[in-house]
Amino acid sequence: MVDSKQQWKAWIYLAPAIILLPVFTVWPIISTVRMAFLNGYKGLEAVGGATFNFGIENFTKVVKYKKFTQCLKNTILLCVLTVPISTFLALIIAVCLNSIKVFQKALQTIFFLPYVTNSIAIGMVFAAMFNIVGSFLGTSNELVQTAGIINNVIMFFGGEKINWINAGSSYVANMTVMTVYIVWNALPFKILILLGGLQSINKQYYDAAKVDGTRRIRVFWRITVPLLSPMLAYVIITGFIGGFKEYTSIVGIFGEKMGPADDSKRLNTMVGFIYDSLSTNNQGRASAAALILFGIILIVTLINLYVGKKRVHYA
Amino acid sequence: MKVVLENVTKIFPSRDKKAGGEVVAVNNFNFEIPDGKLIGLLGPSGCGKSTTLYMISGLQKLSSGHIYFGEEDVSDLSPENRGVGLVFQNYALYPHMTVKQNIMFPLENLKGSDKLSKEERIERAREAARLVQIDELLERKPSELSGGQQQRVAIARALVKMPKVLLLDEPLSNLDARLRLQTREEIRRIQRETKITTVFVTHDQEEAMSISDMIVVMKLGVIQQIGAPQDVYDNPTNLFVAKFLGTPPINVFNGEVKNGKLYIGKDAVMDVKLEDKKVFVGIRPEGFILNPNGVLTNDLLSVEVMGRDVSIVSSNPASANPTIRSIIDADSKIDRDAKTISFDIKPNKIFLFDAETEERIYF
Repeated sequence: MVDSKQQWKAWIYLAPAIILLPVFTVWPIISTVRMAFLNGYKGLEAVGGATFNFGIENFTKVVKYKKFTQCLKNTILLCVLTVPISTFLALIIAVCLNSIKVFQKALQTIFFLPYVTNSIAIGMVFAAMFNIVGSFLGTSNELVQTAGIINNVIMFFGGEKINWINAGSSYVANMTVMTVYIVWNALPFKILILLGGLQSINKQYYDAAKVDGTRRIRVFWRITVPLLSPMLAYVIITGFIGGFKEYTSIVGIFGEKMGPADDSKRLNTMVGFIYDSLSTNNQGRASAAALILFGIILIVTLINLYVGKKRVHYA
Repeated sequence: MKVVLENVTKIFPSRDKKAGGEVVAVNNFNFEIPDGKLIGLLGPSGCGKSTTLYMISGLQKLSSGHIYFGEEDVSDLSPENRGVGLVFQNYALYPHMTVKQNIMFPLENLKGSDKLSKEERIERAREAARLVQIDELLERKPSELSGGQQQRVAIARALVKMPKVLLLDEPLSNLDARLRLQTREEIRRIQRETKITTVFVTHDQEEAMSISDMIVVMKLGVIQQIGAPQDVYDNPTNLFVAKFLGTPPINVFNGEVKNGKLYIGKDAVMDVKLEDKKVFVGIRPEGFILNPNGVLTNDLLSVEVMGRDVSIVSSNPASANPTIRSIIDADSKIDRDAKTISFDIKPNKIFLFDAETEERIYF
């Protein structure tokens, strides 16, 4: 407790947050809600003195957009695919890392690298890796063998090359690339959290299990996973929240077109939809979409918490 | 099941890698634990007693030597194949499982012909819980139990698969004083009922003395003495054992044998048939008899009345410790204002040790 005579000190310490949060967080949120419920709100027109009626037109319009349903589908699909895969992989990697003694620190650093690198830059590298072999970028008569290492590997093992991301590629191929990239990108943070959790588990639990002749797989499911469950819940919930806000990773691989050359916007997401609406001066529509996204994340998180209630064991 | 340790040695590499070298935690142990007995491994911290326990359990590998359960050499067997039950110092109960699930856990690992149905497992768990008297707590989580109850759960979990040997690592160290007394009786009772050969580790001599059939006193990885608690107390083989056992601790004096007499300071305490030499003289607190004309005279410091008996605190220039404590019957008449106090000494409560080797000298 701060001494009551020293209260002014406490207020000074809090001042930056008290001044900045309302300006940059609270007001924008209120403003977003307001814009969402003003029919057809456009920022520029509002500045010009136009008035808008109160209503839910923005929401009904947004939901009816074919583009919007595509964005919603992409977002949900990416979440459902990447969160379980990345969580499970991170768990396996963390357990393995935790059980080795040599190179642990070095490997930890390597696994953490994606976290500190720029996701647009890495996305471009991934795009290059998944490029199709023979896509010609040289002069008209020259067939350039591009550096699509993935297809090179597939062909080395006698497989047929796959059009992953170039013009004419399939939706499934696009989603596969996105899943691989997002999972890879999501791993480091999850590994870090889970490894920290693993290292705080008392070794005696494992000694006790050993004396009782518990098989490894049972130790993993009956001891490691339950004792790690608070961390697992944390990475799953933050994973879903991050997943619903997926945007940069797609820009990283497909560029601002959000899709292969012949079908742009095919891989657009919710956040992408909001940006598009903003850039076309449709702030009302963008706000409505943002609120819908907020609602979805809220519901998913509540479901997560509800499901976790019985399965998460807080010490 | 008797347990035999034969030339058991454990060497750890030194922690300081640059300095190199190694630490001998357990040095060439040889002893036999008779079937169905309760054995206390006793020693100050760092003496290798826990390491010995973990080697018996199989969690630590032996550097050399052999361990036999009955006639079977188990030295290279993994813990699960030895059939031991181990109770950890902090119990290591799985916090996410109920008491019942904790106790059943070892049974769920059984394979092949040993496999039990769910009903059998529950029945066995109930039996174990009844034995340690926690059958009303089966649905609770460990965090909802007191320290003593957690201890019982840990014992039940160790006992449920009917181990050949039960091992307890400092079983009472996490309990408060009252619970400790109660739990040690409990351990004794459970051991008597199950007749399972039990080894427990402790640094508390009172604990070891009170419930063990046999104690093993250790120091720096070397066995000092093995025997029944009373025998070890009455007949310590060296100064370390004499000092380690007994509360209040033994009184030690710098003494000297001269012309067939034992001297403490200037007082000739008794006749001994030994060559002249310097010795340590150990006298148990209960070894003093109040006598105004006694052989040993000390400066009286204080008298502490404890009801049943009286504790006299005195000093003597020849004493190795600043004070000497003697326990006398409460009926004795003591002049509290006197400057000095004189005692006779019970011959069976006085021990002589070589001043250099600290080994016992029999006389």
